[in-house]
Amino acid sequence: MPIIDVEELSREFQVMEPAGRFRRRKKTVHAVRGIDFSVEPGEAVGYIGANGAGKSTTIKMLTGVLVPSSGRVTVCGFNPVPQRKALARKIGVVFGQRSQLWWDLPLQDSYPILGAMHRMPEADWKPRFRELAEQMDLEEFLSTPVRQLSLGQRMRGEVAAALLHRPELVILDEPTIGLDMISKEKLRQFLDAERRENGTTLLLTTHDMSDIQRLCQRVLVVDDGAIAYDGPLTGLADVAGAVRTMVVDLAAPVHSADLFALPDGAVHEGIEAEGIRHSVSFDPRRLSAAAVLAAISSTAEVADLSLHEPDIEHLVRQLYGRARR
Amino acid sequence: MASSRAIRSGAGRDPHAPVTNLVLLRLLVSARLRSQLAYRGSFLSDVAGQVLLGLTEFVELYAIVHNVSSFGGMTFAQTLLVFGLASVAFALGDLLLGETDSMSETIRSGKLEVLLVRPLPVLLQLATSDFQLRRVGRLIFALAALAAALLFADVTWDPVKVLLALITPLAGAAIFCALFLGAGAMQFWILDGRQFANAFTYGGRYVASMPGAALFFPIQIFFTFVIPATLVAYAPSLVILGLDGPAGIPAWTGWLGLPAAVALSGLMLLLWRAAIKKYTGAGG
Repeated sequence: MPIIDVEELSREFQVMEPAGRFRRRKKTVHAVRGIDFSVEPGEAVGYIGANGAGKSTTIKMLTGVLVPSSGRVTVCGFNPVPQRKALARKIGVVFGQRSQLWWDLPLQDSYPILGAMHRMPEADWKPRFRELAEQMDLEEFLSTPVRQLSLGQRMRGEVAAALLHRPELVILDEPTIGLDMISKEKLRQFLDAERRENGTTLLLTTHDMSDIQRLCQRVLVVDDGAIAYDGPLTGLADVAGAVRTMVVDLAAPVHSADLFALPDGAVHEGIEAEGIRHSVSFDPRRLSAAAVLAAISSTAEVADLSLHEPDIEHLVRQLYGRARR
Repeated sequence: MASSRAIRSGAGRDPHAPVTNLVLLRLLVSARLRSQLAYRGSFLSDVAGQVLLGLTEFVELYAIVHNVSSFGGMTFAQTLLVFGLASVAFALGDLLLGETDSMSETIRSGKLEVLLVRPLPVLLQLATSDFQLRRVGRLIFALAALAAALLFADVTWDPVKVLLALITPLAGAAIFCALFLGAGAMQFWILDGRQFANAFTYGGRYVASMPGAALFFPIQIFFTFVIPATLVAYAPSLVILGLDGPAGIPAWTGWLGLPAAVALSGLMLLLWRAAIKKYTGAGG
């Protein structure tokens, strides 16, 4: 049985817009229009889309904060709004921008309260808390008031708070926003391990595409309230016609791009560092990275290289463009 | 879990003990208290400020009574009784649900969503997250005023009056809680409704702490039978002091405090539920 099951889900809002000097007219905004998807237990799904595409509206409907205008939504077997409190025990929610911790208290003081809210006896929440604190390296700042924590520290605390009651489903709204690389990586590693070890289902919205690359096997792209793409990340690249980029540093400078005999499907993009660094983009469906490297190596000795995956934000933008056309 | 239930005992330290409502409530309230004490200086100045505020209200009342010798047919000590009862009731209501009047902020900042995804009623979370200890300053002053009034006003006590004197502050607190709740609920519809809502809560307190006979007749009716502000302190004081009330607030209304509190609380709880439903778009 899917853990999230959404059928023909729609949500519209009435907003007032100015019509003339004093009059205002009612206008209906379709935030989500007839989306369908389901998520199986243990999946990790990235939910992406531009601002205002309908991501938060969907999340609100999944967590029981907002009633759908039409359609059906089932999460962990519950109808979210009428069964909000029962659902709250099964899911963990992390809002990247809002804290659920007790702001003025040491970080460690939030967990007994959250444990009690979920009716977990001490023998139940405490070992889980120790485990989370260890995996997320919370120990060093457990006695620091939440308001004094760095953003990265606080986010780790927030995620631990959302996971304390061992939820079956964790919904993360922009969990890595504003974090530095190390904090992001720690958080991703932890979430990935949590999913692998406990079968926790993850649904996350993000603007950081490496979150998706690292965590999610599946991506849902929403655009203008409708699902524009549902499938694996690699498929998204296929659909949108992604190119990979190889950046090579040569042992000796080469000043002209024409000197390379690049195969069809590869394009020389530019020269940097006085002829040392060259970047070449290629279509991964037609060429392998090895073929491109071989072509370059036949002209000049390669000292170092790096391979850049398609920028998903760019892909998504391309996808939108196609859907609109 | 059968095993954890079997070990259940009165000892609060048993790690397997199930979490009762009482345990949860204690945790929530103590977290709130500790949060307030985190800023010690600010806390102390808040308490002092609240005492000063109460004192100002008292001086205002004193200034009136001192100059007219009788305020709405009451002597100074009798006025003080009304003031004391109203202040205790308001301080208790404010202590419990006072921060619902900043509901629009809770909604706008998105904090309400955090409360909604927890397995607890939003109202309980609000009451405990906003348990403002600094408001204790107001309560202390109110209790002092009430004690002084009981000492100086000549009351011929009988068991019935004692009972009424005990019920009154609690019923009054419930009336103010209901008013605060209504003020909070209102802000789901009028997002900038804080000032409008204050008219009922703080306005209600103002009316409650003065002799109702001093009010214009239609206002007496309004604040007795629509917004039961005079039932908080003035009407019961009439019974306790053995006085006749004005036309709009007969002395028998002194016994209406508790029923009014129950009715108003019920109504406001319904309004609150409608407000939450409105927020989630589930009608209302």
